[in-house]
Amino acid sequence: MKVEELVEGLLSGNRRALARAITYVENEYPESKEIMKRIFTNTGKAHIVGLTGFPGVGKSTLVSKLTEEFRKRGKKVGIIAIDPGSPFTGGALLGDRLRLDGMDSRKPLWTDPGVFFRSMSSRGRAGGLAAKTGDVVRLLDAFGFDIILVETVGAGQSEVDIIEVADTSVVVMMPETGDEIQVNKAGILEIGDIYVVNKADLGGAEKVERWLRYMLSLDEESVQMLSQMTHADEARVASGEFFERRKGWCPPVIKTVADKGEGIAELADAIERHFKYMEETGLIEKRRKERVKRELFEIVMNDVIKLVKEKTNYRDVIAKLARNEIDPYTAADMIVEEVLKNAKER
Amino acid sequence: MEKKIRVLVAKVGLDGHDRGAKVLARFLRDSGFEVIYTGLHRTPQEVAMAAVDEDVDVVGISLHSGAHLALVPKVINYIREYGGNPDEMLILVGGVIPTDDIVELKKMGVDEVFIPGTPISEIVEFIKTKLPEKRKKNES
Repeated sequence: MKVEELVEGLLSGNRRALARAITYVENEYPESKEIMKRIFTNTGKAHIVGLTGFPGVGKSTLVSKLTEEFRKRGKKVGIIAIDPGSPFTGGALLGDRLRLDGMDSRKPLWTDPGVFFRSMSSRGRAGGLAAKTGDVVRLLDAFGFDIILVETVGAGQSEVDIIEVADTSVVVMMPETGDEIQVNKAGILEIGDIYVVNKADLGGAEKVERWLRYMLSLDEESVQMLSQMTHADEARVASGEFFERRKGWCPPVIKTVADKGEGIAELADAIERHFKYMEETGLIEKRRKERVKRELFEIVMNDVIKLVKEKTNYRDVIAKLARNEIDPYTAADMIVEEVLKNAKER
Repeated sequence: MEKKIRVLVAKVGLDGHDRGAKVLARFLRDSGFEVIYTGLHRTPQEVAMAAVDEDVDVVGISLHSGAHLALVPKVINYIREYGGNPDEMLILVGGVIPTDDIVELKKMGVDEVFIPGTPISEIVEFIKTKLPEKRKKNES
């Protein structure tokens, strides 16, 4: 398909064109830059929701039940589900789509025109996302989905790239994945706008919920209070009583049993509430500005490196560097100077 | 970068035998393909729409129910209906298929049928050689 055909098709609601455009972008075909240029002004309308958490906590099942819930609320839902690609063979088993089943078997999600599901391989990239996730989100956005759910690779403790793509980040946990200290570690448990304790019908869900609430309620003020408190007061902190008085957004902790559909409506409510909060406070603009800044710098960086390769004798500099004749900082200064000089001459 | 070959491994209809499909999915993964597994009991419409949305290069349909002559052409027709082009994909069928039916299936647009006992490496080889061939033929 030609670029015009793809872009026109995508913007007029042709799924085939959308599917093909994603393939172009994911594989970084030469046409992909032109596609992104042409659709960009049609983006920025969707609410992008990221779901992350350890492997097997139920992210895919939550995604499918959330999709059903948002469909009931009249929203069109696009889904990107990422699974790991092998660092050895480059292959991948993308097994998120098979969970796509709602509670109501009379309304299958697979053939619902208001649902689009795309599986992606991380292709060996760390961080929990595929390299082109951001651009694929934009394609779904331009197509006209109201909500875009991005499911990360089953994440470890430090895979937090989802916050660079999502407006709202949902961190999914389950019972028996560690103790109170685990919950207070840096990384994935810091990034949630909403926390979910899935599989809440297993024993120990209340404990995780309590730890999470406690963790979230520890700010300067509450720590100050805690230091002067009795055990009875500490229990009140743990209950979330003080936490809820806090200014700004208090990440809610929601218990779900995804395969039975329990807690899904509450989770969808929280996601919608968070979006509204971000719109009212201007946080959405702030987050999106951060995101485009990062993307812009990345593009500029790539262009600069290209310029260095075209306009300088960088190979000579590298050779000197390898012989330890100069240091890397001097080398960088030399390159920058040469680029600035030669770039003007073209 | 060379484009990764995407394969949909699909179970269609009322057939609960998925060991073969799962083993195949795993082996294709190890052979460098990106494999999307559908899970059990999918309808032809569901498989077809997944093939289009996921923009796969190969659709592998696994059947042990005996309903292959009814279900496989439906998958192919729905792919076309949803805007996909079966002529630029490989359509493969695996399962317990009688010899006469293999001929029928190929007339319906199936590129190859693999019966129990086929070494999986043969399937991998088939995909790697036949996919570019079919694409070339379709373009000309």
